[in-house]
Amino acid sequence: MGRRAPYWLALPGWLWLGIFLVVPIAAMASVSLTTGNLIEGFAQTLSVSNYSDAIAKYSTQLVRSLVYGGVATLLMLLLGYPVAYWIAFKGGSRKSMYLFLLLLPFFVSFVLRTISWGFLLADDGILFGTLKGWGVLPTDFHVLATTVAVIGGLVYNFLPFMILPIYVALERVDPRVIEAAYDLYASRFDAFRRVVLPLSLPGVFAGVLMTFVPATADPVNAAVLGGTGNTMIGNIIQTEYLVNSNYPTASALSFTLMAVLLIGIFIYARTLGTDNVLEAAAR
Amino acid sequence: MRTRFGDRVLHWYTWLIILWLSSPIAVMIVFGFNDKKSKSNTSWQGFTLKWYQELFAIDGLTEALINSIVIAVVSTILATTLGTLLGLAVGRYRFRGKGLTNFLIFAAISTPELVMGASLLSLFVSANAPRGHVTIIIAHTLFSLAFVVVTVRARVVVLDPSLEEAARDLGAGTWETFRLVTLPSIMPGVAAGAMLAFALSIDDYVVTSFVNGSELTFPLWIIGSVKVGIPAQVNVMGTLIFALGALVAIANSVSSRRRAAR
Repeated sequence: MGRRAPYWLALPGWLWLGIFLVVPIAAMASVSLTTGNLIEGFAQTLSVSNYSDAIAKYSTQLVRSLVYGGVATLLMLLLGYPVAYWIAFKGGSRKSMYLFLLLLPFFVSFVLRTISWGFLLADDGILFGTLKGWGVLPTDFHVLATTVAVIGGLVYNFLPFMILPIYVALERVDPRVIEAAYDLYASRFDAFRRVVLPLSLPGVFAGVLMTFVPATADPVNAAVLGGTGNTMIGNIIQTEYLVNSNYPTASALSFTLMAVLLIGIFIYARTLGTDNVLEAAAR
Repeated sequence: MRTRFGDRVLHWYTWLIILWLSSPIAVMIVFGFNDKKSKSNTSWQGFTLKWYQELFAIDGLTEALINSIVIAVVSTILATTLGTLLGLAVGRYRFRGKGLTNFLIFAAISTPELVMGASLLSLFVSANAPRGHVTIIIAHTLFSLAFVVVTVRARVVVLDPSLEEAARDLGAGTWETFRLVTLPSIMPGVAAGAMLAFALSIDDYVVTSFVNGSELTFPLWIIGSVKVGIPAQVNVMGTLIFALGALVAIANSVSSRRRAAR
């Protein structure tokens, strides 16, 4: 037993991750270089034209997804940081209650949550329908099927994933460090900017990672809350795979999306410093 | 005085965010009691318990919910077993391939769901495998597995190895030591991982939408009926799942607090 133990323990997990994660991504890479269609079959031609064609055809949706994902992530950071800050430093004995309340929506399915959010925003729904009835809003006012609804939905759905990692980082900040800053005549703002903020950056990094990737690739919010002008790359990949059975294009698009996200994360990591990346990755 | 005012603003702001995050949930619960006549369920038309009585009246929806529960149970068992073993391996031992294993776990967590679903479909299409229950369970086990590893590993690294040595000194075999000492000490991590796996599975839409074939799960059925109008039974089922999840979480935190107090 002894020395072989870790290998026996790891073997089933390795097999599962190998067969269903590594092999499929390799299979997708191979499919993305084929040509053909579902009826005549796909032939491996090692052609990269799938990539250039797919990017040329869907550059609008690709750029739109990155913009929506980026704007949503920035909004989540701005909205979420103060919440994490307040709970970490002023939550006192009620910290876990606040965290529980923030996580409460997760007991409802992601899809159902998005649809309920759509209910709230509906043209004749309880919010806008009532306001229109009072004459506060013009009758042709609508939010559903606009960019605002989609980005709002993304922020709504992923905000807790931004708050939690920042909270964890802020919670670890030793209060004596902040006191030391005050003792050295730092103003409240200076203490925040030069002590608290830098110490919370690993949390910010993890939060951005946990929100930007799923928000950019998400097909649900655009499908439920958006209109025809809000289609994101996730919807395109789904349609190409599941409706058009255009596997080469869909695979090429999936790979492009992953590459773009990886490059984005890499650039972001470089600007924040690689140590933080490794630390975030190790968690 | 200024600082106190700032804190008060932040306090109110935190509550505002909590309120915002919960408002769609409140809408879901309330409109499960709506006596709606039309297909759309956006305006209040009176109180009824009709949808609770007719909870299982829509065959497709009931079937989808049962599918979701069965898939969640099976994939949770698989992911928890594989993930616990892998978590023990990476948490306790130094071995060749440990770095690669950690990288694979990180990759499984950070791969966008869309790419995971699409790549699994590529595999199943290449292998000519029929899509259905089995492929959904494979996919759910895959994305849950890594989360179980992370929660179990966190417990394993703080485990005191002298406990196991003591058990062996007292004559316990490998299996007895594992069952009577190791497993109980890492149990909170295993339980947290299992709960996470169950929640991830029952909630999943994106990955499932690629590998489901013609099989529908609860989230897929709901998305499919968005265009024609969501029946109020969906609100009721959502409410019941929500209540159950919240109760389990509260019971769990109460019991762990009691354990801590002892």
